[in-house]
Amino acid sequence: MAVTDTAQTARAAGAPELLEPSPGQLLRRRIFGHAGLLIGAVVLVTIFLMAILAPWLAPHDPYDQVLERKLIPPVWFDDPKATWDHILGTDALGRDYLSRLLYGARISLLIGFAAMLISGVIGTTIGVLAGYFGGRVDMVANFIITTRLSMPVVLVAIAVVSLVGSSLTVVIWVLGLLIWDRFAVVMRSATMQVRDLDFVASAQALGCSTPRILLTEIMPNIVNNLIVVATVEMAHAIILEAALSFLGMGVQPPEPSWGLMISEAKGLMFFEGWLIFIPGIALFMLVLAINLLGDGVRDVTAPEGRN
Amino acid sequence: MPERILDVENLSVDIPVPSGMLHPVQDISFHVERGETLAIVGESGCGKSLTSLAIMDLLPSRARRTAAKLELDGRDLSGLSERAMADIRGNRMSMIFQEPMTSLNPAYTIGDQLTEALLRHRDASRAEARQRAVWLLEKVGITGAAGRLRQYPHQLSGGLRQRVMIAMALMCGPDLIIADEPTTALDVTIQAQILHLLADLQREFQTGLILITHDLGVVSRVADRIAVMYAAQIVEEGTAEQIFEAPAHPYTQGLLACIPIPGKTRRGAHLGSIPGIVPSLVGRFQGCHFADRCPHAMARCRADDIAMRAGAEAGHRYRCVLTPEETAANMKRMEAAE
Amino acid sequence: MFAYILKRLGVAVLVALTVSLITFSMIYLSGDPAVALAGENATQEDIERIRDFYGYDRPIIVQYFDWLFRALQGDFGQSHYLKKPVADVIFDRLPTTMLLGLFALIFALTLSIPLGVLAAIRPNSLIDRVALTIAVIGQAMPSFWFALTLMLWLGVYWQVLPITGSSSWLNFVMPAIALGYYITPAVMRLTRAGMLEVLSTDFIRTARAKGLRPPTVLVKHALRNAIIPVVSLAAVQFGFMLGGSIVIETIFAINGLGFLAWESILRADLPMMQAIVLVLSVFYITLTFIADMLNAWLDPRIRVT
Repeated sequence: MAVTDTAQTARAAGAPELLEPSPGQLLRRRIFGHAGLLIGAVVLVTIFLMAILAPWLAPHDPYDQVLERKLIPPVWFDDPKATWDHILGTDALGRDYLSRLLYGARISLLIGFAAMLISGVIGTTIGVLAGYFGGRVDMVANFIITTRLSMPVVLVAIAVVSLVGSSLTVVIWVLGLLIWDRFAVVMRSATMQVRDLDFVASAQALGCSTPRILLTEIMPNIVNNLIVVATVEMAHAIILEAALSFLGMGVQPPEPSWGLMISEAKGLMFFEGWLIFIPGIALFMLVLAINLLGDGVRDVTAPEGRN
Repeated sequence: MPERILDVENLSVDIPVPSGMLHPVQDISFHVERGETLAIVGESGCGKSLTSLAIMDLLPSRARRTAAKLELDGRDLSGLSERAMADIRGNRMSMIFQEPMTSLNPAYTIGDQLTEALLRHRDASRAEARQRAVWLLEKVGITGAAGRLRQYPHQLSGGLRQRVMIAMALMCGPDLIIADEPTTALDVTIQAQILHLLADLQREFQTGLILITHDLGVVSRVADRIAVMYAAQIVEEGTAEQIFEAPAHPYTQGLLACIPIPGKTRRGAHLGSIPGIVPSLVGRFQGCHFADRCPHAMARCRADDIAMRAGAEAGHRYRCVLTPEETAANMKRMEAAE
Repeated sequence: MFAYILKRLGVAVLVALTVSLITFSMIYLSGDPAVALAGENATQEDIERIRDFYGYDRPIIVQYFDWLFRALQGDFGQSHYLKKPVADVIFDRLPTTMLLGLFALIFALTLSIPLGVLAAIRPNSLIDRVALTIAVIGQAMPSFWFALTLMLWLGVYWQVLPITGSSSWLNFVMPAIALGYYITPAVMRLTRAGMLEVLSTDFIRTARAKGLRPPTVLVKHALRNAIIPVVSLAAVQFGFMLGGSIVIETIFAINGLGFLAWESILRADLPMMQAIVLVLSVFYITLTFIADMLNAWLDPRIRVT
């Protein structure tokens, strides 16, 4: 048999090596092609900026009560009281709703982020250690996770806050110490998948210390999962804080927590519906943006998982 | 009754892909006589599995099937609705797949899945269906058949599961069975058993059998006729004897040089290989698909599409510009060189 | 199989004991439980009386085992506020919460499972996008806000449903929707993902090749396999839902366990609080155990070895 030039043949067939983009290009392409990811990121960044720039953006002091100006509806209402001075209207104590909304964003973002960090550290530590060492460590970790999962989060959070006293710090710590379970579960299974791969085995064979292996070999490969869970839990924390504040067991008045604003407007909602609608929409959009971002990150970093 | 249980003419499958239109099956024509075994042989990706799925109308939803003629026992299949096709599948023609480990539903017993095949198409009672299931299980060589009915797939080995699949294909007494690489996923020792089983059953029940495989050696003892596929086309078709004794297409010749055939290959002879890779099947392709890898390729091989031509004997066809005498001469030269 | 059940049961009991320990120690978070119980205007006398009555002066270990021992017999002590046995009050209100939870579960499953199946049959179609939108919205919407909005639209503007109380089954419709919506996204997504995965398996291909009709393939073969993880998830989510019922019950003034928990927290009725957390936790643990058993029963690979 005569020998044919394989490379020539391959090139004639449109060989792949000339057409493949680099991994960086691929990632960038995927990110910008993903509508959900972009929308989520844009909205989140906007809310974040609004929160940071609140002192400059807010037209009024959010704590300033002007009782003569109470219950003014937003500008788009067909009402003589509506005024551009209070674009989103005022609440029952005459406080400007737009200003409270902007400052409320700070509370939600702060608590969401801080609680996510605390629970992330706790959960990831438990999960990675359980996944890497297996055996008894795993058994104990699973037991702890199961115990935590067996306790009703909202109920315990409310009970603890009622006993210890409610403040921003307390809420952050209570949430952080309660919502770490998903971090633990996801990071555990991610670690288990990576632990058995060859490059880990070679690092072990080289005599690398365990902390080093965990940090340099395992962690970089499970960071994708971490980011996705982080977004989920941040959203979770934000909703929980809103619920706690709604029940009066979270951030206390006169702070403009969105959940608290909804609670304060509860009795008035039949005639002043916007009072619960506006903070509710704000919460909804913030959580939606975070979820879209998380979903987007997951899709972009592991497209094989999609249909 | 028509002589041919399956008659296929100009069957094509087109699938839209991101880079264009994929043509994994191009103008395939072949037939299966009543009670005979046709083997379709080709390497991975040549389109043989898709051909079988096209006949059964089990292609993925994006795929498009066209055929000038597609008849089962004289009945046109190409225009049939999904309902009508469903009435035929498992009934007049059935299929056996490659991976027995995953082809059975883990949530139901063997008996359930066997009787289901019959009860769907026949007005039989459960007891009658079970009876037939037991009888067929014994036919395929499974001992303790009655007890097996109550077992779940995960309790059986791969070889046993494949036997169950064969029994399942026979539940309604079909006229045609398509076996897509039925032994590839099994141990070598089991492979021969399953193949012999298929051959015996085919002879006993006089069903037509299409045996799809990439292993030419497997085929030599079981097939009556062989169709060789390469890159979406049938490049040669003939009786088993014609293909093995006097292969006409350079690809077939190359394939035979690659495998040791007991009685033909001399001790210590080099096994051949076919260098190069399969061409892309996306978009239009002009000329012979094998030209880039063919040792006898000429300019006119790439100029135009190559049609099938008759071989030296009746019933032997191949797709090449070379005449039967030229191909025979090439073959002799190759054999002498070894 | 028997060993499996036993092992799971053992774990469940151990977890329950740990939870009881945590629940018990919770009341010490405020420092002195007697002070917390006595309230703001209490005199030193009142505090001492309470301390004596509840035995808070004993060593903590003794208190715990005493409490646990009695709890196992169904005695959760006396409610300081209501002056009635805690157990009586809890079991009086428990059925209402269970009923609410059941309605919510039925609503959630009726909505999410068919949607998930339909979305999987036609991926990327209109129904798929609708299903995913419902899931995305459901996950982002705070349940209490959804409840209030429902109340506003269905209760006040259109006046089709009563907004408070728990007298008739109609009272449960809105709360059930608000509560059930909480778990719909997760169940729908899992059903969809599971169906998508199952529909691409070899045994579904075999079922089609046998000529089985599409509904048979879909339900008898595909759904039967895809539903296995969904059942476990639903059982666990049911538990979460019950924990979240505290918010829904307070909004709709439904006299269930959640509302009771809320009231007792406000009133610092510590024995009641402890008991409710323990009861709910034990319920979760039981639910998880049942979910495990269901999982095993539905999957012959675990059940029959």
